Amino acid sequence: MSATKQGSPPPAPKGEVSGAEAIIRFLGDHGADLVFGYPGGAVIPLYDAMFGSNVRHVLCRHEQGAAHAADGFARASGRTGVVFATSGPGATNLVTGLANAHMDSVPLVAITGQVSTTSIGTDSFQEADIYGITIPITKYNYLVKEPGDLLDVLAEAFHLASSGRPGPVLVDVPKDIQVAQIRYHKPSPPAIPGYVPRPQPSADEVAALAEAVHRSMRPVFYVGGGAASTGVHREILKLAEGSDVAVATSLLAKGVFPDAHELSLGLPGMHGAKYANLAINESDLIIGLGVRFDDRVVGDVRRFAPLARIGHVDVDPAEIGKRLSVDLPVTGDLKLVLDMLAKKLKPSGRPEWRARIAELKAAYPLAVPESGPSGKIKPQALVKAVSDATGGEAVTVTDVGQHQMWAAQLIRSVKPRRFLSSGGLGTMGYGLPAAMGAALSEPGVPTVLIAGDGGIQMNIQELATVRENDVPVKIIVSNNGCLGMVRQWQQFFFGRRYSSTVFGYNPDFARIAQAYDIPARRIEDPSGLAEAVSDLVRSDGPGLLDVAVDPEENVLPMIPAGKGQTDFFGEG
Amino acid sequence: MKKIISVLVRNRPGVLSHVAGLVTRRGYNVESIAAGPTENHEITRITLVVKGEEPVLDQVTKQIRKLIDVIKVEPIPHEAAMTGELALITVSFTPEKKSEIMNIIGLLGLAIKHIERDSATVMIAGSAQSIDTAINGLSPFHIKAMARTGLVALPLLENWSPA
Ligand SMILES: Cc1ncc(C[n+]2csc(CCOP(=O)(O)OP(=O)(O)O)c2C)c(N)n1
Ligand SMILES: [Mg+2]
Repeated sequence: MSATKQGSPPPAPKGEVSGAEAIIRFLGDHGADLVFGYPGGAVIPLYDAMFGSNVRHVLCRHEQGAAHAADGFARASGRTGVVFATSGPGATNLVTGLANAHMDSVPLVAITGQVSTTSIGTDSFQEADIYGITIPITKYNYLVKEPGDLLDVLAEAFHLASSGRPGPVLVDVPKDIQVAQIRYHKPSPPAIPGYVPRPQPSADEVAALAEAVHRSMRPVFYVGGGAASTGVHREILKLAEGSDVAVATSLLAKGVFPDAHELSLGLPGMHGAKYANLAINESDLIIGLGVRFDDRVVGDVRRFAPLARIGHVDVDPAEIGKRLSVDLPVTGDLKLVLDMLAKKLKPSGRPEWRARIAELKAAYPLAVPESGPSGKIKPQALVKAVSDATGGEAVTVTDVGQHQMWAAQLIRSVKPRRFLSSGGLGTMGYGLPAAMGAALSEPGVPTVLIAGDGGIQMNIQELATVRENDVPVKIIVSNNGCLGMVRQWQQFFFGRRYSSTVFGYNPDFARIAQAYDIPARRIEDPSGLAEAVSDLVRSDGPGLLDVAVDPEENVLPMIPAGKGQTDFFGEG
Repeated sequence: MKKIISVLVRNRPGVLSHVAGLVTRRGYNVESIAAGPTENHEITRITLVVKGEEPVLDQVTKQIRKLIDVIKVEPIPHEAAMTGELALITVSFTPEKKSEIMNIIGLLGLAIKHIERDSATVMIAGSAQSIDTAINGLSPFHIKAMARTGLVALPLLENWSPA
């Protein structure tokens, strides 16, 4: 047997690199120098190329964790998150993370290994058709079949992920493509016929919108994730203040408009404040800005805002008219539209509307209940303590459930990209990895996670990643001993039959954290709450606080699914 | 209500999965889907016939337009469409019925592609309606197998005629 067949591969011709090296070089050249992932057989060449490169890899403990971490990184920073996984089970473990990012329009690029092109379709070891599997949950996806296509595909993938309405893009790279020799080149600028990432708004449509605002007595902006991702919070603040427009923010837009602002309505919909839904009900003009009018906000499209004309601005024309019919549609990039609108709008005060909003807010405040004789910490008080301790400045990440809705109601956000939550998919297990990704996106910004005792266990393995990388995430477990949100629905709508929602056993979360060498404690007494939370927030490095909260609390107000804006549960 | 939607797409592997997947995923009611090359070898034309109410059809068009590989979506109103479809139909018969069936095939103007002692395969190309007529005409006999391509369409151009 000749020696050359066994040793290291022959040196590549000058100017050529392996596909794997090309990927790593591309990432470095494009500022994507932090990657979350998990290795395996089909990506060994990729990991080999990364070894010693200037791309930093954070080894998560599950591919789902890696995907959510990249998602949290992207939401907090506005940059595209990158995740690596191997073929087969590695790739399928990304599915929930991709679906989550797709629902919430988060820019991600997932690079997966695949079996060699010659083996595709033969059910070879760890082969899964991740291209086929992810068609419905990505903005776009690729299976690279020619080494020569690789760099152009990567350039297109990053372009698609971050432009227009952002979203996840998956690039499946067979192993033989990773080892093939290619010439490294600057990829040609992506040209995708028919893809218009920044549609120019029609001047007439914007003029009609401005005219509608002029004529409106009780205007409301209903702002969504599109406003957060395009960074138009200043534009919105200026327009709202100039024309006395009340502002409701969807879960994904929390922080785009300061929660404490006089004109803020906060979260509308199912668990929104009563004043938010009543204001919408009284409004004569609702303008959606980069928002989906989704069913958790607009339960019954026929009875939504009966007095209002509906305006809708979105970069994605398919969103306009998807759920409810729109009187004033504007397709276009939000920033462009708001700039045009600012030129057209003559500022004018609406003191009566301002007064009405103040009145509604005073009449129906979001209350934090007292602990009372039960002596139990109220979960709402826990969330409020977090808000007080951070002043809304921290990146606050939630998991999914009751604690998430209380956080949405009671955290006083002051800036965009500082409240991260799984909205459209409602993915339990999102919080811990996402908080980790967010904390790694910008050193020095305190990051607080509020998770339920159910959801924290869905990606609890990431405590190892947190410890290994010394990620300063402050973890708070809102521990009610149950799957609170589902238990609440069972209480309200299924005759208190608590089928499989009350845990008969829960581990000691503080001791779990300690086993990962993360400082942790548990509290049960309301009197120590504020101090414990503030100590945690001010501590260095990661930490966990397990807070025993009252299991009987429900998220209120509540509009049952499918109901109108004033159908508050428990009334009439 | 029925609508013809003509979709021009980048000719990429997987593009049909993207379009077909979207249609099923969003629960649209598709009567037929036909794909084939165009005058430009980089572009494929997919013709969909979709059933539904106007707002749904509007959504179908918008959602398809959103697909990255889609270059252009043209809803073609029936009155402004040139349409065509092709079908192959195999009928079986007993020897006594042979002349009767040949007679009908002749009357319907169908082209015989293949013939056996007890079966014949005919081809018809034309409007969806003419194909339905042929099927109706043959239905008293035993239709053993049938393949239809689904409708293809082009918009009627004002100053163009096939003369
Ligand atoms: C992956 C996943 N599985 C199931 C659900 C359904 N679900 C929604 S909220 C919830 C309860 C969450 O319980 P916990 O994490 O303890 O939070 P709590 O509601 O008690 O605050 C469940 C099971 C979900 N959203 N995500
Ligand atoms: Mg719980």
